[in-house]
Formats: sequence, structure tokens, C-alpha cells
Amino acid sequence: MDGISAAFGEAARLVAAADPALVAIVALSLKVSVAAVAAAALIGLPLGAIVGITRFPGRHFVVVTLNALMGLPPVVVGLVVYLLLSRAGPLGPLGLLFTPAAMVAAQTVLVTPILAALSRQVLEDAWHEHGEQLRSLGAGTGDSVLTLLWDTRFALVTIVLAGFGRAAAEVGAVMIVGGNIDGVTRVMTTAIALETSKGDLPLALGLGIILVTLVLAINAAAQLIRTAALRRYG
Amino acid sequence: MDLRRRIAAATFALAALALSPYALAQKFITVASTTSTEQSGLFKHLLPVFEKKSGIQVRVVAVGTGQALDLARRGDADVVFVHARSAEEKFLSEGHGVKRLPVMYNDFVLIGPKSDPAKIAGSKDILDALKKIRDRGAPFVSRGDRSGTHIAELDLWKAAGIDIAKDKGPWYRDTGQGMGPALNTASSMGAYLLADRGTWLAFRNRGDLAILVEGDKRLFNQYGVMLVNPEKHASVKRAEGQAFVDWLVSPEGQKTIADYKINGEQLFYPNANQPGA
Repeated sequence: MDGISAAFGEAARLVAAADPALVAIVALSLKVSVAAVAAAALIGLPLGAIVGITRFPGRHFVVVTLNALMGLPPVVVGLVVYLLLSRAGPLGPLGLLFTPAAMVAAQTVLVTPILAALSRQVLEDAWHEHGEQLRSLGAGTGDSVLTLLWDTRFALVTIVLAGFGRAAAEVGAVMIVGGNIDGVTRVMTTAIALETSKGDLPLALGLGIILVTLVLAINAAAQLIRTAALRRYG
Repeated sequence: MDLRRRIAAATFALAALALSPYALAQKFITVASTTSTEQSGLFKHLLPVFEKKSGIQVRVVAVGTGQALDLARRGDADVVFVHARSAEEKFLSEGHGVKRLPVMYNDFVLIGPKSDPAKIAGSKDILDALKKIRDRGAPFVSRGDRSGTHIAELDLWKAAGIDIAKDKGPWYRDTGQGMGPALNTASSMGAYLLADRGTWLAFRNRGDLAILVEGDKRLFNQYGVMLVNPEKHASVKRAEGQAFVDWLVSPEGQKTIADYKINGEQLFYPNANQPGA
């Protein structure tokens, strides 16, 4: 228990000091994970919608694959993205390895299947309910997809938050493709891993408490927006 | 549909946010180095001095020596700064490095629980100590990750006449971890392990661990630096990388290394003037 109470003290001290290095690490964590989730949403939600409302050969296989990819180990994603972005790899000339962009790419790969698989289910259910109506109004697939995405937006926000949680919490992928470079690619989770390595467990756990608090705050904000929107639009 | 425009605007805003770090383009090099130099705090002390002088940002990726050399073999680093001479020379002979320069040394120490079940505390003979640990079957934590420290540990077992691959029993724990995590493991298990002095001095979670064997000249730990060969890897920043290598072995770089202390204790001893080191 000693260590845990020390960690809360450490977390409070870190927040009170507002150390610029810590602020930069927190800001980078948020930037990387928000960008990754945004990119994953742009790919994953329409993908989920298409798989959810259209019928094509091999669709069941795609559904099972998307569901299985939700369990992709971050360290495997990190390795694959590393091999792609390495100078010796196919995308090496871009020079993206050990940059925040590489971390965004890895987290996007990690989060896209989660958004696609979960939104597929939600949109498939919505399509069963409203598909007939949309078709009778003469809506094409593209318009149907956008309409259903809008209609199910509250469920989709929860899905996007799940994706954000996954991105913000993972350490395996960003460690490999970012390299945990001080001041360049160090984020909350890699900083926690580093402090654990140095044996400074209270500082590591203190950083962990800050990370969990941030994720909590973002979820609370999303909940507030949702409540406000529901009140306004019913 | 209004929604499309809204989505487009949101996308644009997020892309701008994600790309904003690149607005501050600056000259930089990537240095593949070891966990011991990073976790001991040496780079935090060293790099600001070089960056201020040269205007070149040094981005350190701290991994084990084996992995650091592999990063450079793929062209993902400009400079390697590691500590396993045999592995460095292999890297050079494959043509990946330009030239290896000795930079500094410190030493390995044998860490163990104060209760010392193998009764080796105070010994100056590392080989004898390892034999006693093996005979006693006392818990021993190995890095097991092809790092410089792991390579040094394997060499010491060999020198002690012990074939560790064959002889290891349940007492020998292969963790496959960095120096810090291995120390954390040993600390919670009350196990022996080989550590570099720098990481040990900076390490906080010591628990019941202490230095038991030190001072044997076989525990010498030499660090070397190499520019990755630009002929082989076109992406290597030759001028900037060379500037860093030159500075490390310059009188100013060497003095900065010597000045790094924790609680008054010097962690690394510069020796660029010893060409054979």
C-alpha cells in the first residue's frame, strides 16, 4: 500500500508542478491517439457500414475477420508497421520511422478493426429496422450509409471512445515505431514503461494515474455532450 | 448533404492537428544506443551540451546492443553507441559501420540479495562467484536479450568453464528484458544478476539488493561509437552523424562524460585516447 499512496502523492506533485516535459508528453499522447482514432473512424465506420448493409460473397468471412482483428496484439502491429516504415522496408524513403506520424499509423491499424467490427453490428441492426424505408425513398447505398451513420451516432460515439481507450492505453506498438525518443515520440505509456524500467515505481504509477484520469475526463465529456444532444434533439 | 461538409471540415482540422509537430523542422540525427546509457541518465546530461553547440538534435532510441545494431543494419539509425565489442566488430566487418571509436568505460557489478545464499559478498573473483551461484543453485536473473550486458554475462559463464545453455536449471531465469526490468525482477525474487554500474546507480527500486562482487578486471565494460556506413545506407546523415561522433571523442565531449555524477559518484570514464580500447 505504501507504493500506491506514494504514487498518488507523485501524481498530485506532477500535476501541481505542471512540468513542461510532462505537459508535452500528455499533449503528444492525446494528439497521436486522437489523430489515429479520427483516421480509424474515417476508414472503419464506412467500412463497418458497407459490410453491415450490403450483401456480397464472402461477407461472413469479412465479418469474422474484422471481429478477430479486434484482438490484434499491439506489439505485432508495431512490428509490421516498423518493417514497412524501416529504411529497408517498402515505405522507408518516406522517413517516417520514429516520428509521431508512424505512431498514428500504427494506432490507426490497431483501432480500425475495432471501429469497423462494432459499427458493423450497430449499422446492420439499424439497416434491418430502416432499410426498407430508405430504399422506398430511393436512397442509394452512399446516402443510406451516411443517413444510418447519423441515425446511430450516439452508439457510434461509444464505439469511437472504445477505440480511443485502446489507442491511449497501448504501449507495444508506439514503443517500436516511435522509439520512445525523449521530446519527440515519448508518450504517456512509453514514459510509464521507462520509469518502471528505472525502478521509479511511484513516478511510473503517478503517470499512470494521470493517464487514467485523462481518459476518464474525455469519456465524461463525451457523455455530457450526448446528454445535452439528447435533450435538444430527443 | 450538410453532413459531408461537416465531416470534411473535422477531418481537415484533425489532420492539421496531427501534422503540427512537423512545422518545427530542425536538423536531427537518430542514435541507436543502449538502455544503460539512457536509463543511467547520461544522455540527459550529455545531449543538451552537444545540441546547444551544434544545433543538431540527437534522437536516441534506447534498446539492447543487439537490437541497436539491428536497427542500424536496416538503415534506421545514423550513429550507434553501444557496448559489446565482439558484436560491434561483426557489424563493422559486414560493412555497416565506418569506423569504431572507443568513447568511455565503466564496469559491470554482480548484484545480489544481502542475505547472499551463495556466500560471495566481497569477493573480487567474478568467475569463482558465478561457480558458487551455480553450485548452490541460487536464483540468478539473466537479461536474455542479446544486449551488451547479456553478451558480457555469457562470456563470463564461459570463462568460468560453465556451459550455461546446458547447465542452467530452474535457478537460472532468462527474462528477455531490459536492465531495469531485470533489476526489478531480481529485487522481488532476491536473485543475483549482472548489471552495468551506471544503471545500478540510477536505479531506485533496489529493495534488498546490493553490490556483492566488483573490481575484477574481467568486469570491464567498454562503450564504442560508430557512424553507420553512408555508402551502404543512403539515408544516413553523414555530416551531422560524424559531428556527433567527433564531439563525443573530443576533449569537450570527454569532459562532459566525466562530469556526469550521481550522488558524487562518477558513472562513466572517458577513454577515447586509448585507441585499442
